[in-house]
Amino acid sequence: MSNIQLCYNIERQDFSKAGEASSNIKKALRQLGINSGTIRRVAVATYEAEMNIIIHSEGGIIGVTVDVDKIRIDAKDTGPGIEDIDMAMKEGYSTATPEIRELGFGAGMGLPNMKRYADEFKIESSVGNPTIITIVIYL
Amino acid sequence: MNLKEVKQLLDAEVLVGEDSLDREVKTVFACDLMSDVLAFVEDKTILLTGLVNPHTIRTAEMMDINAVVFVRGKTPDEETLKLARETGVVILTTRHILYNSCGILYSNGLCGANIVHR
Repeated sequence: MSNIQLCYNIERQDFSKAGEASSNIKKALRQLGINSGTIRRVAVATYEAEMNIIIHSEGGIIGVTVDVDKIRIDAKDTGPGIEDIDMAMKEGYSTATPEIRELGFGAGMGLPNMKRYADEFKIESSVGNPTIITIVIYL
Repeated sequence: MNLKEVKQLLDAEVLVGEDSLDREVKTVFACDLMSDVLAFVEDKTILLTGLVNPHTIRTAEMMDINAVVFVRGKTPDEETLKLARETGVVILTTRHILYNSCGILYSNGLCGANIVHR
């Protein structure tokens, strides 16, 4: 089986569309017959990534590659980059504004949640550069 | 228990999904912080919350939560209701506060959702 690729553009501060990409990814995975527990893990990871790109970045893309034995999620934005990745990975640490918190987000759980649901998790970022997150979930 | 019984116990109004009230309810999760719903919920559960916006519905969709009960008499806007209709999430609203809503359901035999500390 050749792998299947999905890719979505995510625009900065576009809260009205927040979750649309993840919703579409979820539907596509369901059509492929992937089990619901795995789909939920992928959905949470992509949803958190989507929210992060909307809230914190200048915009970016989320790609999902479905292979025979794993699903890979690539989330890339165009900056502005994370100053302290160790702090960003800490549960409860957030730089989100009060407005974001009123939406039920900005609790400092986004990156820890992505890692929590991943079998493999990698984040690359520095100030002035894109943030690139790679998540692998085994099938 | 099914959603119809939840509706009766909470004296709730159905805003979306009147024809899906036979859905079974096994557990309940109550929270206003969607990040925590995404972090901890493992069960197919229903969500009680005071947070009324489309992100509540998106979160429910991601977690396969098939019903949301808005507490404290909160009524969502049309955008939220539209998203619920599209995604198949049942929406109830009750005038009870979150604490009492939980107490009523718990005392009628519904337990809290199993959560995972990874």
